[in-house]
Parts: sequence; C-alpha cells; structure tokens
Amino acid sequence: MPECTAKTNALMPLEVSGLNLDLAGQLLIDGIDLTISEPGVTVIMGYNGAGKSLLLRLLHGLISQTSGTILWAGQTQSNAVRQRQAMVFQSPVLLRRSVSANIDFALKVRGQLDAAWRDELLELVGLADLSARPARLLSGGEQQRLSLARALSCRPDVLLLDEPTANLDPASVAVIEDILKSACAEGVKIIFVTHDIGQAKRLGDEIVFLHQGKVAEQSAAEAFFTHPTSQVAQAYLEGRIVV
Amino acid sequence: MQDGGSAFALAFGLLASADADLLEIIGLSLRVSLTALLASCLIGLPLGALVATCRFPGRSAVMVLMNALMGLPPVVVGLIVYLQLSRTGPLGWMQLLYTPTAMIIAQTILITPIIAALSRQVLEDLHTEYSEQFRSLNVPWRSEIAALLWDGRFTLMTVALAGFGRSIAEVGAVIIVGGNIDHLTRVMTTAIALETSKGDLPLALALGLVLLVIALAVNALVFVMRQAAAKFAYA
Repeated sequence: MPECTAKTNALMPLEVSGLNLDLAGQLLIDGIDLTISEPGVTVIMGYNGAGKSLLLRLLHGLISQTSGTILWAGQTQSNAVRQRQAMVFQSPVLLRRSVSANIDFALKVRGQLDAAWRDELLELVGLADLSARPARLLSGGEQQRLSLARALSCRPDVLLLDEPTANLDPASVAVIEDILKSACAEGVKIIFVTHDIGQAKRLGDEIVFLHQGKVAEQSAAEAFFTHPTSQVAQAYLEGRIVV
Repeated sequence: MQDGGSAFALAFGLLASADADLLEIIGLSLRVSLTALLASCLIGLPLGALVATCRFPGRSAVMVLMNALMGLPPVVVGLIVYLQLSRTGPLGWMQLLYTPTAMIIAQTILITPIIAALSRQVLEDLHTEYSEQFRSLNVPWRSEIAALLWDGRFTLMTVALAGFGRSIAEVGAVIIVGGNIDHLTRVMTTAIALETSKGDLPLALALGLVLLVIALAVNALVFVMRQAAAKFAYA
C-alpha cells in the first residue's frame, strides 16, 4: 500500500469551531469543535443520522452553517478555497454525456482542458476503453470510478467523499480504495465518510466519531479500533444499537 | 358542394398532383410556424432556464404567470398584435400588418410561454439533480445554464415540438393579423376555414390531411427521439 505523504497541503490544517446547523428548529450539528491537521485519510464515522454527510457538506461549503467557523488553512470557505477541494457523492451525479465528456466538463469549467490528463485519469480508474460510452450506461462501480476521476481531474488538495462505495460490489470497492491510496500518496488529504468498519480500518489514519451532531471521539485509527474512549463508539464497534 | 366520398377523392388527387396552390399554402404554413418556433426557442429556453436556476423575489408569481400564459387565447393574441401593428398603432409605421412577419410575431407570442413554462419544469428537475455537483465544481452560472440546456436537449426538443404543434394548428391569431390573403398570407388553417365556408371541400380536406400527417410526423419524431435518448441514457 502506498504511504500517504506529509507533503505540504495548501488547505491544511482544517479548524472547525462552535459549528452549529439548525434546520427547521432541529439542531443537526451541535457545537462541533474539530481540528484536522495530519496528512492521510480522516474517516468520519457514526450511526445513521449522526450528521456525517451534513458535516461533509458544511466543510465543502455546499450548505451554510447556522453559526460557528470553518477555516481551511486559516481561510473561510470561498470559491477559491472550494477550487482546491473536490467531493464525491454517495450517488454519482453524472452529466448526460460520454465518459470522457464528463471529465472534460470539469476541466473546461476551470479553463484547464487537457486531453492527455483526462486520458491518464481514465486509465487510472480503468475506464479508458469506455471513454466514448454514455456515462449513465456504466455500472454503479464504473460510475463511481468516473466520479472519482472527475474529482481528481481538478488536482484537489482535499478530497471529500460521502460513502462512495456504499452499495458497490467488492471488486469496485477494491479499485476505488486503491485509487484513494494512490491519491493519498500524492499528498491529497482525504476526508471520508463511511459506515463500513472494515473499510475504515483499511483506509483510515484518523477517525472522527460523530454522535447526535457532536464529535464523540477523535483519535488515531489504531487507538480508536483497539481502545475507543467513548461509550457510544465502543457500542458502535461492538455492533450494539444506541438509541 | 360535393359529398364526403368525392371530396376525399378530389383531395387525394390534389395531393397526388402536387397542386401548386396547395404546396404554396403548405410551404408558407411551415415557414411561418418554424420561424415562430425558432424565435420562441431563442426567447423561451433561456427564460425557462433563468427561472429554473435562479431564486429571486416574485419567482413564484413569474411561474404562475408563465403557466397561465400557456393558455393564451389565439384570438386575443391576434387582436393585441393587430392593435400594435395597425396603421394607428404604435408599430404601424413598420407596415407589417397582413404580412407573414405579423403572423410570425403573433405565433411567437402565442408559443413562447409554452416553451418557457415547459422548459422551466424540465430544467428545474435537471438542476435539482445537478446543483450540488455544479456547486462542488464551482461551475459559473452561464456554464451551468448551457450545461442544463445541452443535457436536457432531448426533452427540450419534445417541448419545442409541442410548441410547433400549437403554432401549426392555430387559426385565430394568424387570420386576424395575416388576413388570409391569397398567395400572401394564406396558411393551412386559414385556408381550411375559408374553403369550408365556401363549400370547396377538396382543398380543405387535402389541407386537413396534410395537417394530420404533420401532427402524426411530429408525434412520431418525438417518440423516436425519446426512445433513442433513453436507449443511449441521454434522457
């Protein structure tokens, strides 16, 4: 497995303080304080409804917080900051175009259309032979690989992933994990939401465990899986339900 | 006045012989309706895209208005255009009344709300699907609209064909502003109305058959396009 490099990352550290999100009177993100400064893969885990996907969307600036601050290397979210990030959603959102045109679109938006780079990415995700095929005719795993290639096409400093391998077959999961490890080795910071404990063990360098919109625990992956400090994380790892 | 059977026989005879008057009327009808359709698409599609993607005060009122205007009565549109283009109207100096251009203007006013309202719905659904991804990619507003129009092209063609169906079959507006002048502004629908009132059923029937064939062709085209788009997952 390629090691994640400690190369200087223009968006690190990520500092979140007093983050709240109130929707229709419900406090869905409740005073999160969090600092992520280490390179590698930070996995966000937690039960359904813990606020994992919302936190990821807040970090990427897709939704606005009710209060609190999110600082990427000391800067608040802006188009310039988002330009250095990329996000992969649980359900791939692909344009009604060919595989290669989907990547070209992302590159063209940034004024960086580059056929050689696009072909290199398609080769990396194993879709080079399918470049002319309509993207929406690809299998679920292929669609997610294309999403990942499109995200990487922007050469992001930070890659945010919201359960990208949920509902995929094991072969597709393995391919995506390999791509993520390669990206990480290139110095890309990865923030990854998953339910899959096995996957978190395989990929994670650091775990952030959310419960009811709060950070219940943040620790190095090894420590988290061997000695979780919070009761709720312990219950989660043991497969118990916490109401 | 002929009975129905002989009128049909004469109508087929006119069609088979490619009667010059008949072809002239069909040609003008297609020219007027297709030009109106083009103008309506140029106005209606960006308007639909704008309302679909932007949030602004009064947006709901604009949507209600656009939907309401889909049901514009053609005679009312004809009357309004007539008042603008008549010698004493504000645009009378252009001398467009009783010309094909006046008919194109009237039909454009009639079908633009249809194109705008239906495309708004199509593009809004597409925008809902794409919006987070666009935001994530920092897609500028203009590129966003261009992408929506391109990706929605097959469904939007259906919308355009619905507008074309409305314009080619419309009689009230074109008869008021065109005047149904022989060899100048006579189109299929106005000719059918005139020839029927005169009792000349073969020409009316022949034109009616052509209209039906056009309606059938338009629907067949829509069907084929939708099938092809679905097959290649572009729909």
